[in-house]
Amino acid sequence: MPRLNGERRHRIAFTLDGKPVSGEAEPRLLLSDFLRHVIGETGTHVGCEQGICGACTVEIDGRPSRSCLTLAVQVEGAEIRTVAGLAAGPETLCVLQEAFRARHGLQCGFCTGGILVSLNALFRDKPEASEAEIREVLSGHLCRCTGYVSIMEAALAAQKRLSGKTHA
Amino acid sequence: MEAKKVEDKSPWLGRSIGRLEDKALLLGRGRFIDDLGAPPGTLEAAILRSPHAHARIDRIETARARALPGVTAVLTGKDIEALTAPLLGVLKAAAHSFPIAIDRVLYVGEPVAIALATDRYIAEDALDLIEVVYEALPPVIDPRAALLADAPLLHPGLASNLVSDRSFRYGDPESAFAQAAFRVAIDTRYPRNAATPIETYGVLADYDPGADAYDVLSNFQGPFSLHPVIAKALKVPGNRLRLRSPPDCGGSFGVKEGVFPYIVLIAAAARAAGRTVKWIEDRLEHLAASSCATGRLTHLEAAVTGEGRILALDWDQIEDVGATLRAPEPATLYRMHANMTGAYDIRHLKIRNRVVLTNKMPSGLNRGFGGPQVYFPLERLMQRIARKLGLDPLAVIRRNLIAKEAFPYRTATGGFLDSGDYQGAVAAALEEGGIEELYRRREEARAEGRLYGIGFAAVVEPSVSNMGYITTVLTAEERRRAGQKSGAQATATVAIDPLGALTVKVASVPQGQGHRTVLSQIVADIFGLEPEAVSVRADLDTAKDGWSIASGNYSSRFAPAVAGAAFLAASRLRARLQRIAASQLNVAADEIVFAEGRVSARGNPENALSFSRLAASPHWAPQSLPQGEESALSETVFWTPPQLAPPNDKDEINSSLCYGFIFDICALEVDRVTGELRIDRYVSMHDCGPLLHPAMVAGQVNGGFAHGLGAALFEEQVYDGEGNLLTGTFADYLIPTVKEVPAPMVLHRHTPSPLTPLGAKGVGEGNAMSTPVTIANAAADALGLDEVTLPLQPSTLAPRLYGPERRRKEKTLARGRDAVRE
Amino acid sequence: MKPPRFDYFAPQSSAEALAALAEEGGEAFILAGGQSLLPLLTMRLARPRLLIDIMRIEEWREIRLEGGAIRIGAGVRQAELESFPGLARHQPLLALALPFVGHPQTRSRGTVCGSIAFADPSAELPLALLALEGQVHLRSRQRARSLAAADFFTGTMASARAEDEVIEAVSFPVAGEGCGYAFREVTRRGGDFAIAAFAAFVDERSARLGVGGVADRPFLRFMPRPGTKDLDEALDAFAFDLEAREDLHASARYRRELVRRLGRLALEEAERCRA
Repeated sequence: MPRLNGERRHRIAFTLDGKPVSGEAEPRLLLSDFLRHVIGETGTHVGCEQGICGACTVEIDGRPSRSCLTLAVQVEGAEIRTVAGLAAGPETLCVLQEAFRARHGLQCGFCTGGILVSLNALFRDKPEASEAEIREVLSGHLCRCTGYVSIMEAALAAQKRLSGKTHA
Repeated sequence: MEAKKVEDKSPWLGRSIGRLEDKALLLGRGRFIDDLGAPPGTLEAAILRSPHAHARIDRIETARARALPGVTAVLTGKDIEALTAPLLGVLKAAAHSFPIAIDRVLYVGEPVAIALATDRYIAEDALDLIEVVYEALPPVIDPRAALLADAPLLHPGLASNLVSDRSFRYGDPESAFAQAAFRVAIDTRYPRNAATPIETYGVLADYDPGADAYDVLSNFQGPFSLHPVIAKALKVPGNRLRLRSPPDCGGSFGVKEGVFPYIVLIAAAARAAGRTVKWIEDRLEHLAASSCATGRLTHLEAAVTGEGRILALDWDQIEDVGATLRAPEPATLYRMHANMTGAYDIRHLKIRNRVVLTNKMPSGLNRGFGGPQVYFPLERLMQRIARKLGLDPLAVIRRNLIAKEAFPYRTATGGFLDSGDYQGAVAAALEEGGIEELYRRREEARAEGRLYGIGFAAVVEPSVSNMGYITTVLTAEERRRAGQKSGAQATATVAIDPLGALTVKVASVPQGQGHRTVLSQIVADIFGLEPEAVSVRADLDTAKDGWSIASGNYSSRFAPAVAGAAFLAASRLRARLQRIAASQLNVAADEIVFAEGRVSARGNPENALSFSRLAASPHWAPQSLPQGEESALSETVFWTPPQLAPPNDKDEINSSLCYGFIFDICALEVDRVTGELRIDRYVSMHDCGPLLHPAMVAGQVNGGFAHGLGAALFEEQVYDGEGNLLTGTFADYLIPTVKEVPAPMVLHRHTPSPLTPLGAKGVGEGNAMSTPVTIANAAADALGLDEVTLPLQPSTLAPRLYGPERRRKEKTLARGRDAVRE
Repeated sequence: MKPPRFDYFAPQSSAEALAALAEEGGEAFILAGGQSLLPLLTMRLARPRLLIDIMRIEEWREIRLEGGAIRIGAGVRQAELESFPGLARHQPLLALALPFVGHPQTRSRGTVCGSIAFADPSAELPLALLALEGQVHLRSRQRARSLAAADFFTGTMASARAEDEVIEAVSFPVAGEGCGYAFREVTRRGGDFAIAAFAAFVDERSARLGVGGVADRPFLRFMPRPGTKDLDEALDAFAFDLEAREDLHASARYRRELVRRLGRLALEEAERCRA
C-alpha cells in the first residue's frame, strides 16, 4: 500500500459479516464511523471513543476488538464481524441472541451488540469457558441498565444450550 | 363453559414474557438517534467548550475556522443570543441563562462556540482554529465557600450565589427538641455523580422559515414541561416547536432531561445556518457538560428518647446545583419534601433549604433524584443514634417505622403515603435474607480479626411526581402570583386500524424500560388477544400525539401512571366495542366477552365474531353502528390523580403519588491488606405493589443497585480547587463493571396502591436511594467509623485501616534501578 | 472525539518503515495495535503528520525463543503472546501479568512492544520487563541497539527511545530452575491501570520486587528473602524511596502501604511457587 494522503479519501475493502464491502475513507476515519456512516451498519454503537465502554466491539480477524480504537484503513483486507452477522438467518435470532431475549439480558440495547460479539467469540473459541472467564470477557463492556445480573444469566444459558448442541 | 375457562386463563400482565423491543435490538437493527440518517445537506456540529471554570470572554476569532473547506458556519454566544431568549427557570432569581456562554464562562465544558461542517471530523478541525481570549476570574468550587460574603459572584446580576433560602417548620419541633433525652447530629456530604447512559445526547434540528417553526428530533426523555421552556427560548409558540423522539434510546436514568439546552442551541444553529444541523455529543462532552446529580451538604439533627424513638428532625441542606439554576432545578431539593421523615413516624420537623451556585456543570435529573441526597444522612443518622445510645441499629429502625395500621399515612410535611406494611417487609427481609447467618458470619470474621460489617437502610421510594412540588421553593405568596401547579397527567391512546388491529400510543418515551411490552400485555388482556398482535408506540411527536407537561419518562411514573392510563383507555374502547358487538350478536353488552381473538356471547361460543372484524367495522360501515353510539376508532385518556394538589399555605405538599418501600441489608468485608470492599451479601426487599412484569422489575432493581453501588464506591464528578474536571473520561469517571457488581438477593411484598389504576407503584429508582447508604452503614460497621464519605475509596480508608504511618528510617538503599546493579 | 488529519503508511518491510520514520523526523508516529495511540488521537492530544502502521511487516510479527529469552517482535499482539504455547512454562511472570493488561477486547489488538513504548508508569508489561531485567531492542535506519529495561524507562510516559527509533522487539529472559514468580495488583476496577502493581521474582540466591503504579516509572529492587526479619524494613524503605504519586484514585500514603503489605505478599507467594 502506498502512503495515503491524509487530505483525501481512499478506497477501503474488507469482508463484513461474510460479504465483501468497500467504501472511501480518509486515513483518520475510525472503523466505528466507517461501519456506521459509510457502510450503514448501524448495529455497532459508539459510547466513548476511548476503548472503555465496549459498545463498538466487533470481531477483527477472529478477535473481538474496539472499532473505535481502529482506523478503517487498518482493516483493509480483514474479516470483520459485527452484531448484524450473528443472526441465524435474515430475521432469525441465533442461540446467543435468543438467550438474551429469554433471560432479559438487555434493556436499552445500546451496549448489547458489542456484548454479543464478545460472547459469540468466547463460546466459539472456548466452549467450556468458566464463569470467571465469562465475567472477564464481559468486564470489557459497560452496561448502565441491567446491573449485569441478567447478562450473566443469559450468557450462561446460551453457553449451556450451545454446548448441548455441540455434544448432540 | 368454554368461554369461561378461557377468561380464567392467567392474564398476560404479571408474566415475564419476552419483550417486543428485543428482537430488533439483538439483531443490531435498533433505531437510535444516530442510526436514523439525516436529510441531504445536513451539517454536523461540534462545540468548543470552556477550559476555564470562570472567565470573561474578551474576544473570539473565528475567521480561520470559517475559512476551512467544509465549514459552513461558526457561531458564538452572540449569534445564538440574537435568535433566542434566556432559558426560563423555576425561580425568578434564576440566573440569566443561555445554552452557550455569551460573555462569561461559568464552568469547564460550557459551550463557547459551535462549528457547523459537512462532517464531525471537519467540525472538530474547525474548533482547533477558533481562538478565544479569556480573562480568568476566580472560581468558586466549594458550596460553603460560595456562600461567603466575599465569594466570587457567578452572576453579577444576583446579590449572592445563594439563589434560594427557605425555612420550613412542621409540628412543634422546638418543644420536641427541648423535651428529648438526646440530641444526635450528623454532617454529611453527598457527591455529585451522574448515571452516564452509554448512548450520549443527540439532536437533529431544522428550522422552517415559512412557518417560523422548528422541527427537532432528540433523545430527550422529558419531562415535557421543558417543551414550553425550549419554545420560549427559541421565541416560537409551542405549536411551532415540533419535538420528536427516536424509537430507541440508549439509556437515560434522568440524564437525558439535560439535553434540552442543547436542543435550543442546535435548533438556533440550524436557523442561523439555514440547514438541518445534527449534533451527537461525545463522551468528553457528556462527562463535562451534560448534567449530573446535585451535591449536597447536610446537617441533620434528631431529638431522640432513651429508647431510640425519634421525636423530631432538624434538617439543614445546602444544595450545590452548579453554575446555573437550570429548570427544573432546584427540584432535586424538593422532590423528597413529602417524605423528609423517610419511613418513620416523626411528627415534628424543621427544614432549611439553601441553593447555591458554584463553578461546576449545572445539575439536573439523575436516577433517584433527591432520594440519595436525603436518605444518605437520614439512614446514617439512624445508625449514629444506635451507636450513641448503645442500641441495635435494627431496633432503632423498627422502633420508628410507621405502623401498618397507620396507612394511608399523612406525613408531617403533607405527604400522603398511600399504602404499606413496613414492619412486615422488614421482618420478612430479615428472615428471608438470612440475618442470623450474617450475624454469625460477622462474629466469626471478627473473632479471626477480619473486618466484617452489616448495614441497613429503610427507604420510602416516591413515584409519579406532582408537577406542583417544585413550587414549594416559592413562598405561598409567590405561588399565588405565579399560578398554582399540580397533577401528573398521563396520556394514552388506543386506536383501531381498518384491519381491526390495535395500536397503543403513549407519551412515555422509554429508554429501555420495556414500556411497549407491558402495554401490549395490558391491552392484550383486555381484548383477549396475543401481545404480539398489539402495536405500541412509546416515542413522542409533540405535533401529532397526545401529551402534556408531565409526559416523559421520569419519577418512575410508567407503571403507576402511564400503564394505568393505557389500561383505562383500552377499557373504555372495550366497552364501546362491547356495545357494538351486543347489537350484532343480539345479547346485552355485559354478556360480551373477548377471548382468543374472538368476541362472543357469554356461555354461547357459537354466537361470535372475530375480534378484527368487529373492531374494523366502525371504519368500514360507520352507519351500521348502534343508535347513539359514536365511532369506536380510538380512545384517548388523560389521567391525573386528584391526590396531587399544589402546596398549601402551610407549605404542605404531597410531592409524589405513590410511595413504595425498600429495606436493604448489606454484609461486607473490608480487606485488611488492600482496604478493598467485598460485598458478601446484599438483600433488597421491595414493596412496589403488584409486579406488571417481574423480570423487568428485577432488571430495574438490579440496575438501580448497580447505580447505587457505583455511587457508594466509585462515582463522583471531581473538580480540583481551580474548577478543572478531573473525571473527564471513562478512564477516570469509573462505572462498575460486571466484576464489581454482585447479584443482590431481591425480595418482594405486594401491597397495592389504592391510587393507581393497576395498583402498581414505581420501582426504578429505589436502589439508587437505598444502596449507597446501606453500603456506607455496612462499611461503618466493619471499620467502626463515625463518618463515611462517598465514594468509599480504599485509599481514603488508609488511616483507619493502617493506623498512623511511621516516619521513614534513614535512607538505607538507593533508588531501585541502581540497587539492581549492586 | 475525532482524530486530526494525518497521512497513513503501512509498509511491508522494516526498511521502508525505518526510512519513513527517519524522513519525517518527530512528525511520524508508529501505529501498532493502536490501543493507547488512538485515544490520544481522538482527544487530539497527539497530532502526527504520518502514522506508520507496522502490522503488515511480517518480520516483526514473530515470537522467538532464542538465547535464553523470549523475543517478542514489534507486531506481536498481547493476545498472541497470551496464547503462545508453553508461555507459563517459559516465563510464568508474563503469563501471570498478561490477564491484568486492559481487557480481552484490547489485548486482541494491543501489542506487547507498544505497551513498553508508551511507558505508562502503571502498566503491567513495562513492570514485568523491568522485574525480569529484560531487554528493549531499538532500531533506526542508522543503527540498532539494545537497552536494559531499567535504562529504557526514564519517567512518566517517557523512555530512552529516540524519535527515529522503533522498538523492534523486546526480550524477556526465560525462567530458570528453581525460580518463583508472583504478580499482584490493586486497581479501582478490574482492567484499570494499577494503583500499585507488584512483580516478585525469587530464585535460589535472591529475591526481587518490581513495583509499578507507585512512582513515575516501574522500579526494581533486591529484597531480603521472604521469611527473613529484614524484609519489613526493606519494604518500608522501598515504599518511601519510591516517592509515591498522589492522584484521583489513591493517596501516596495508600500506595506506600500497598508496597509494604502487598509487596510482602507477592514475595511470599513467589517464594511458595519456587518450592
